[in-house]
Amino acid sequence: MNTFVFIKRVPDTESKIRIDHENNCIIEEGLNFVMSPYDEYAVEEALQIRESKGGTVTVFSVGSEESIIILKKALAMGADEAVLIRDDAPESYDGLRTARIIAEAIKQKYSEYGLILFGKQSMGADNAQVPAMVAEMLGLPQVNVITQLELEGNTGSALREIEGASEKVTVPLPAVVSAQKGLNEPRYETLKGIMMAKRKQIPVITTAELGLSDEQLAPQLTIVRMETPPAREAGKIVEGDAAETAQQLVDFLHEEAKVI
Amino acid sequence: MDFELNEEQRMLRDMVRSFAQNEIEPVASELESRHEFPRDLLKKLANLGLMGMTVPAKYNGIKTDYLSLSITLEEISRSLPSLAVILSVHSSLFCYSVNKYGSEQLKSTYLPKAAAGEILGAFSLTEPGAGSDISALSTQAVRREGRFVLNGTKAWVSNGNDAGAFILFAQTEAGSGGKKLSAFLVDRETPGLRVSKIEEKMGLNASITTDLVLEDCEIPEDNLLGDEGKGASIALHCLDCSRIGIAAQSVGLAQRALDEAVAYSRQREAFGTTISQIQAIQFMLADIATLTEASRLLTYRAAALYDLEKPFSKAAAMAKLYASEAANKVAYQALQIHGGYGYSREFMIEQLYRDARVLSIYEGTSEIQRMVIARFLLKE
Repeated sequence: MNTFVFIKRVPDTESKIRIDHENNCIIEEGLNFVMSPYDEYAVEEALQIRESKGGTVTVFSVGSEESIIILKKALAMGADEAVLIRDDAPESYDGLRTARIIAEAIKQKYSEYGLILFGKQSMGADNAQVPAMVAEMLGLPQVNVITQLELEGNTGSALREIEGASEKVTVPLPAVVSAQKGLNEPRYETLKGIMMAKRKQIPVITTAELGLSDEQLAPQLTIVRMETPPAREAGKIVEGDAAETAQQLVDFLHEEAKVI
Repeated sequence: MDFELNEEQRMLRDMVRSFAQNEIEPVASELESRHEFPRDLLKKLANLGLMGMTVPAKYNGIKTDYLSLSITLEEISRSLPSLAVILSVHSSLFCYSVNKYGSEQLKSTYLPKAAAGEILGAFSLTEPGAGSDISALSTQAVRREGRFVLNGTKAWVSNGNDAGAFILFAQTEAGSGGKKLSAFLVDRETPGLRVSKIEEKMGLNASITTDLVLEDCEIPEDNLLGDEGKGASIALHCLDCSRIGIAAQSVGLAQRALDEAVAYSRQREAFGTTISQIQAIQFMLADIATLTEASRLLTYRAAALYDLEKPFSKAAAMAKLYASEAANKVAYQALQIHGGYGYSREFMIEQLYRDARVLSIYEGTSEIQRMVIARFLLKE
């Protein structure tokens, strides 16, 4: 079965994010960029599907030429092909825009697939919108935030995380799935993979080639203001004997934390 | 002049760095304190292709440039300096010399296994009574019925415990009763070869170092590396290259000591502020960061000269001399920044300080490096 995996270049989760308040964006200078961690689970799952069912793994990324490095990482992990859907627009955090580009690319140029995989959300934007939107645009069934996937003939069944439980969903293929931590343990690139990725041609398609108009590409989401989250406040210490502290704790959980 | 690593080198560095963080870090201090050889980690390195970086594709390796090997050793050393020396000896000394000087038969027997991590290699030159002075080595190899018979005692053999094969130097008869050094490959299973003692060392305790006793140890004639009597130049050439690896190990250790010092200075409070706000500490951090970066540049340059097939021996000696001495200074200052806690085994800097000490001793002491450098200066 051929699988497509969509991956995104994001700031390393260990980076210290600084904000450019004038332009409402993050300052990229000095940041280290990596493949979004949830996307690694998606790549790994696709590689495992190829190992058990055959077929090929093609990875795609929407972004500038700088995204090539994460495509090469996926190749070094073992993906067969990689495609850059070139889009030089600055990060707009508009999931709909990205989904539209991806859906058009698949509709127009890439029809041979049994499964499309994403990370459940990109680290950084964390909108968790694109997989669902792409599935809708392509008219495909979808299972999101999956922690287990089994494929049998033309059917896929997946466990997805829901509040306090997991739900088993069975869908006909082709389908869209998005990967949650726990789905698998992503492999490292190998030295051999890195050397092969060096020689691999990565075809580039542009948004213009897909016939997307400026209007379709204009972000519909406006960033009004970007702020770092407030510093975490110091923890509360309840004092007194056991009966008093238990009462204080219950009061706190009921009135302030509102969890009971 | 471009100081950037190329794309593959960056990818390799990122891969090894994330491997080190996720796989080495969680077990490193435990391995060190238990003096436990990191066998599982070596298997994992082999799966990633990192045991065959000096082995050509023909023998199932993935031969990279020396800079890539150096970056790999540096990143590994940042988490576990012991593992860096194990890998350096295996790659830069064992695999490298088998590939360069071994017969076709030897290469096809040993290199694929070494690249797959099925056997680990060792390199045995030093003896209890001779180290830097290789003309004083006393292990003998005598020809007998188409074989060599080896007798003697070797010391300070890194990987001696687990090695499947040893590159070993012994004196053979030259004309008119004289002796000349020759290089051999000795399989671990050879009768007459045994490990007699495990050294109790100051540091690098997850890297096991042993003695080796050879008693009528018979090896095939084909196990001679290079020409008979050419052992000294083989040893010196191999050590020239591997020095770059030890320099890289030193850079990784220094970088980690620096990282630990920066992190500690940010969280330790004194006189109403974190100590990172105190200029005396800031100056120490600035100094050790500069020592580390200078070491890295000398090391990368030596590796790059090797990769360009230019004369590299002097640059390698300079890199090894500077980086190993710098690692000691950096570890010393980084420990000083930790104050009393630096003297406690609870903090990694205590281990790094001990690990650093041997860097300016093994694979050519600082004094030997200076002799090499001076020889080049006076010849030029």
